[in-house]
Amino acid sequence: MPLIQEPDDSLIDARISVLLRTGMMISAIIVFIGGVAFLFHDGKSIPDYRIFHGLPPQLTTLSGIFHSAFQLHDLGIIQLGLLLLIATPVARVLFSVIAFWIERDYMYVVISAIVLTVLLYSLFVHGV
Amino acid sequence: MNNVELTAILGLGALLAGFLGALTGLGGGVVIVPLLTLVFGVDIRYAIGASLVSVIATSSGAAAAYVKEGFSNIRIGMFLEIATTIGAICGAFLAAKTPTEAIAIIFGLVLLYSAAMSTRKRKDPNDGREPDKIATALRLNGSYPVGNVKHHYLVRRVPLGFGIMFGAGTLSGLLGIGSGAVKVLAMDEAMQVPFKVSTTTSNFMIGVTAAASAGVYLSKGYIDPGLAMPVTLGVLAGSLLGARLLVRAKTHAIRITFAIVIAFLGFEMIYNGLTGRL
Repeated sequence: MPLIQEPDDSLIDARISVLLRTGMMISAIIVFIGGVAFLFHDGKSIPDYRIFHGLPPQLTTLSGIFHSAFQLHDLGIIQLGLLLLIATPVARVLFSVIAFWIERDYMYVVISAIVLTVLLYSLFVHGV
Repeated sequence: MNNVELTAILGLGALLAGFLGALTGLGGGVVIVPLLTLVFGVDIRYAIGASLVSVIATSSGAAAAYVKEGFSNIRIGMFLEIATTIGAICGAFLAAKTPTEAIAIIFGLVLLYSAAMSTRKRKDPNDGREPDKIATALRLNGSYPVGNVKHHYLVRRVPLGFGIMFGAGTLSGLLGIGSGAVKVLAMDEAMQVPFKVSTTTSNFMIGVTAAASAGVYLSKGYIDPGLAMPVTLGVLAGSLLGARLLVRAKTHAIRITFAIVIAFLGFEMIYNGLTGRL
């Protein structure tokens, strides 16, 4: 087996692990709290998911979601949790940019930055 | 069915899906869309939205464990994520323009493919060849722990793997799934990464890939909080449970059973797509 220089990423690995777990747990707790409140208030109503209606802007835009969550609307709280869940992998990529920078692995700073740009482009230009 | 009943039943279904998905390595996301559309009659767009969010949750949960153990190769993941995220955005836009019947048929085909992939035997490629130039330049070669010993591996055919990953991203964005089966194909077959590394790196990449199309889904109103809540929490709880059991369980029989279920759902999706019921 030829000898090749192999990067040691164990420290980055450990921190990414903590970041992903924390993001996932916080989001799940927020979704759960919003879910309990939603079932408490609206549990008896009959939802209709058979026909696609889309959703109101309070649940589809960044400002709308924050606004309705801070006004303690149940669905807004759930949506905020889901938004955080979506943001967790994005935060992981942002962290990778910084971590590779500290390791002075500039090739991977660029690679991570490209992925981050694509993610932010999709979230903010075509997304919420 | 009112919200409480629907949440309870969907939550349980999602829990089971996440559990079996983690045990078999197929991911729970792949059965969520058929479950919601075929069994509960949910519009495929809401189903795809809920499924996508649950896929992100599972990926973060599973990746946290695997990355720490040193199985995932974060460089391979990061590099290939360029292809999967761009693909995912394309897929999410295609989803809005593709008739739902066509989405159902494509979904069915992917299910059949995933079922077939899950039953095949996987063996690690033999090394002893010269290192690949591109892989070396990108520092993709790595190692993973086998007991206390580090097992080294060399990565090959990077452009081919990159191309297949673009396809995996597109399918993920179009169908709201992780497309783990396609990601593993790109890494196993094309790039000849050992399967422990390819499976866990695929898991690691799924969250970022799905996040790339989630923004588009969210703005188009595909992600309904009332529906996504039980699905996401159920799949997440199930997959965390499954991952704990994974070490002890004999998975062969479960894997075959789950593959048969997935194949059946695949035929059902294609049939419903062809007859225009989805």
